[in-house]
Amino acid sequence: MTPVLELRGIDKSFGPVQVLHDVALTVRAGEVTALVGDNGAGKSTLVKCVGGIHPIDSGEYLFEGKPVQVHSPRDAAALGIEIVYQDLALCDNLDIVQNMFLGRENKRGIVLDEDTMEEMAARTLASLSVKTVKSIRQHVSSLSGGQRQTVAIAKAVLWNSKVVILDEPTAALGVAQTAQVLELVRRLADQGLAVVLISHNMNDVFAVSDRIAALYLGRMAAQVKTSDVTHSQVVELITSGRSGDLGLTNGVPA
Amino acid sequence: MTATIEQKPEAPSITSNVRGYAERVRGGDMGALPAVLGLIVLCTVFAIMRPSFFTAVNFANLFTQGAAVTVIAMGLVFVLLLGEIDLSAGFASGVCAAVLAILLAEQGQPWYVAVLAAIATGTVIGTVLGVLVAKLGIPSFVVTLAAFLGFQGLVLVLVEGGTNISVRDETILAISNNNLSPVLSWGLLAAGVGGYAAIQLLRARKRTKRGLIADPMSLIAIRVGALAVLGGLAVYALNLERSRNAALVSLKGVPAVVPIIIVLLVIWTFVLRRTAFGRHLYAVGGNAEAARRAGINVDRMKISAFVICSSMAAIGGIIAASRASSVDPNTGGSNVLLYAVGAAVIGGTSLFGGKGRVLDAVLGGAVVAVIENGMGLMGYGSDIKFIVTGSVLLLAASVDALSRKRAAATGLR
Ligand SMILES: Nc1ncnc2c1ncn2[C@@H]1O[C@H](COP(=O)(O)OP(=O)(O)OP(=O)(O)O)[C@@H](O)[C@H]1O
Ligand SMILES: [Mg+2]
Repeated sequence: MTPVLELRGIDKSFGPVQVLHDVALTVRAGEVTALVGDNGAGKSTLVKCVGGIHPIDSGEYLFEGKPVQVHSPRDAAALGIEIVYQDLALCDNLDIVQNMFLGRENKRGIVLDEDTMEEMAARTLASLSVKTVKSIRQHVSSLSGGQRQTVAIAKAVLWNSKVVILDEPTAALGVAQTAQVLELVRRLADQGLAVVLISHNMNDVFAVSDRIAALYLGRMAAQVKTSDVTHSQVVELITSGRSGDLGLTNGVPA
Repeated sequence: MTATIEQKPEAPSITSNVRGYAERVRGGDMGALPAVLGLIVLCTVFAIMRPSFFTAVNFANLFTQGAAVTVIAMGLVFVLLLGEIDLSAGFASGVCAAVLAILLAEQGQPWYVAVLAAIATGTVIGTVLGVLVAKLGIPSFVVTLAAFLGFQGLVLVLVEGGTNISVRDETILAISNNNLSPVLSWGLLAAGVGGYAAIQLLRARKRTKRGLIADPMSLIAIRVGALAVLGGLAVYALNLERSRNAALVSLKGVPAVVPIIIVLLVIWTFVLRRTAFGRHLYAVGGNAEAARRAGINVDRMKISAFVICSSMAAIGGIIAASRASSVDPNTGGSNVLLYAVGAAVIGGTSLFGGKGRVLDAVLGGAVVAVIENGMGLMGYGSDIKFIVTGSVLLLAASVDALSRKRAAATGLR
């Protein structure tokens, strides 16, 4: 089966600093791909390249087997790629519904169709079993960190997308909420979506992922099946870029 | 996410609405409250100190006096919403008014050509400012400060150094000098209140039918009732005979600028609250990066805001030209810009972006007009007026900054 999303040889520099070197990543439908790596390894940068926030310097971007050009967030969204960014990117001065539909508002003629948007938002939040927000018309500024996280995730799953990428979605969450988000991640994959989960928590990674992609200093050290590796091997890949015959030899993938 | 007990949405009622409002105010979101309280206090003080403040003539004067600044302030709201500023809006209105006057007086063009040309001039000015801010990334403060000086010079060039151009076109003069007939005044009020009630009721009914939380009937009744009573009192007062010699000329009815301002208010409120464009303006003002990631063209939003601001400044300039029956190098100069920024901020529009309504400009414009007018009646000169208005602006900006801090502390922002 062709992977939904495939990246090959991605390079990305910010001025003189090269952050991504020849990165390859394969993301399959129905699977959770965990993207791991130390702080500054380039995980968020890679995700932003996928999302059209940063243009890539060179490399191939294949979607459902076909090469595509993604120059803006709209291009990525049009392909069916939704991203929950690490910094969430919500507008504090807008309410939950307004944030969830930002940039893709339902309209009747030129008038916003608030009622339909409100219904759809309520349904999506309910499907994520979000019960703690008082009103979906309250400003995002009045939400707790975890609630904001949930709104950001709800925003991503609202659109019947094909690929959902979550950049450290559980970093700010308590135990119960983390379990809920992981359950949701698994559920999305089981529904046939391709899910990419960025996390520093090895337990979470092993709990939900089918494959693990480890970035080391901007290079893809290895992409392996979760069932083929152990915790300590992944930790080694993250911290030194190699583990046994897995990983980079002299900075080049084995 | 602390508790996981499902909270049933509160059945909406007057009490829950009042409680919600009180919570917002305590949380730092004062909205129009300072402006409304300020208006009440100012009017009471002036009415006690100077009985002539509380006359039909003076009431009508307030509208014509405050109209130009209010319209410019309405445009400024769009720029302020993005967290930007337009210091050139005052003199931009002067430039546009000069274009109008030249076309009318020197080229003999009909009024509509002159008006369109003036507004088009505003649009061009706004485009240039917006492109400089959005595409080149120069801070709007600097761009518009430069434009402030430049336009001041341009007005001088246009009116040929210090003379003035008089405006004699009937239609243009009518804007600031004519009144609607009393019957028409009542008719428009009835239409306005009826329309407002219809929109509110229809929306509530539609939402109830879809099982969404709707405003309770009692709240709608209070809103519509308040509009009807306040509007009724205003129309009644404005329909009183204001002429000293009624047999010679009768002077009564709602000043023609009032419906102009109301139409602009309704149009721009609709744009901000009911269209995607308006939603995106708030988004860019709230979190430009989030807006960009949502696929919103942030540069285009910025340029549009400046275009709207300068075009509204042009309309303000036309109103000012009508009131003065002329355009001189001071049209749109001296205190106009500060009053306009003050009006928007006093009304509750934040200088930090992301928060504001067009109605704020009208409420704040009323406060500024009342201060200007009342202080004048008290016999104070420009010196004291400047000091007082400056202080009020500072006070409003402090309220804005403090409420923002407070909102940050209570987690409401
Ligand atoms: N806009 C930018 N301009 C310049 N350098 C950047 C930019 N964004 C990221 N970087 C650099 O790229 C490198 C990778 O950053 P990135 O945010 O992708 O790391 P990460 O793997 O997501 O780390 P973390 O686990 O801490 O989130 C870092 O060295 C960072 O300083
Ligand atoms: Mg990151």
